[in-house]
Amino acid sequence: MALLFEVHTGSPSPIYEQIETQIRRAVAAGRLSIGEQLPSVRTLAEQLTVNPNTVARAYAELTTEGVIESQQGRGFFVAKRRQTLSEEERLRRLDEAGRRFLDDTVFLDFPLPELLRRLEDLSTEYTKPPNHNP
Amino acid sequence: MSEYVIETQGLTRYFGRHCVVNELNLRVSRGSIFGFLGRNGAGKSTTIRMLLGMIEPTRGSARMLGRDSRELTPDDRARIGYLPEGHHVYGWMTVEECGKFQSEFYPKWNDEVFRAVLSHFRLDMKNKAGNLSRGQRAGLCLALVLAPEPELLILDDPALGLDPVARRSLIQSMLYVTRRADRTILFSSHLLSDVERVADEICVLDRGVLRASCHLDTFRRQVRQFLLRYDGEGPALPDLPGLLESFRTEGELSIIVANLDSDGEARLRALPVRSIEEVPLSLEDAFVSYVGERGEKSFFTKDLEGVK
Repeated sequence: MALLFEVHTGSPSPIYEQIETQIRRAVAAGRLSIGEQLPSVRTLAEQLTVNPNTVARAYAELTTEGVIESQQGRGFFVAKRRQTLSEEERLRRLDEAGRRFLDDTVFLDFPLPELLRRLEDLSTEYTKPPNHNP
Repeated sequence: MSEYVIETQGLTRYFGRHCVVNELNLRVSRGSIFGFLGRNGAGKSTTIRMLLGMIEPTRGSARMLGRDSRELTPDDRARIGYLPEGHHVYGWMTVEECGKFQSEFYPKWNDEVFRAVLSHFRLDMKNKAGNLSRGQRAGLCLALVLAPEPELLILDDPALGLDPVARRSLIQSMLYVTRRADRTILFSSHLLSDVERVADEICVLDRGVLRASCHLDTFRRQVRQFLLRYDGEGPALPDLPGLLESFRTEGELSIIVANLDSDGEARLRALPVRSIEEVPLSLEDAFVSYVGERGEKSFFTKDLEGVK
């Protein structure tokens, strides 16, 4: 698996969050496929020169979200996609992400339909969850 | 075995009439990497020297590995590694001689570790210590303090004056040491990017007073920034006890606040403004705001509420 993680110190986003985001993205974009093994906590911590607890925290959060799963004694693997977040939490995160997106794009002065069309085009780079909640 | 390898109670030190360390209650758990933060002159080095029994507290006490700092035995000291500020070496000795000399003081001396750290910093055994660069001297000092494999490592501003490569080597060495869960490191630093990489827990000392002692993530969660946008004059700011700074520009008010409770947040969110948005802070910005000129108020982060 040729996954290149990187972390930036001095960012408003804590390191564990940066790791989480990169793994979530890699899974969503199909760069990490279902059943694929992630580097061990220790290996990734060494590779990134960060405290192992930071990596462990990122893995724990992703496990809670159902993105990855731990197999006793074998390590962490990309899980079959299933939705573990509540409807309310999913909506909250969607709105949060939407606001971030709009903050970055509003000054570009594209009409909304144009924005949506481009979003749709870009989304083809992401694989669809096989069994997402209706 | 005690859960805490360092424990102080009301630790206080005056130099003349000047209180340098004021009623410090500090606890460092075994196995943690503990970042000791504060501005220059905050009292960090004085605290460290009291912990090691090098100077007497005016009041209060400190315990290291379960024993009072004033009564540490040579056996206790052999289990504690101390890297003083400034990377001092005996300049007339070679690197090898420094190692030989130091090893005589320790019953346990792991020459493999000594050589591994040296090679990490690209040091030659035959070099005269006095001819080393700052970064190499740091490497030598680190090798000398790590080779006895101390249970408790105290590093006083180890990154001072190091280039980015040497700093990375230092951090790698710190992480290497704590591969074993029973090893603890307390280090002081001004480099928050290093702290962010390695620290589990931090404390913030400000003019001798402990202002926070908590998990790194807790600190980041407790210092929050909000951006309020409004039309016209804008609202008066409610009286928030943890307000660190506020900055008003045309139609916008940004505030940084610590330990905002649900009541305070509710009052903030009830303000008649067009929008209110939380803008996350970097660790450095949070720290600067917390101990900066405007952040005069003293309070603790209510803590040791565990981070999951």
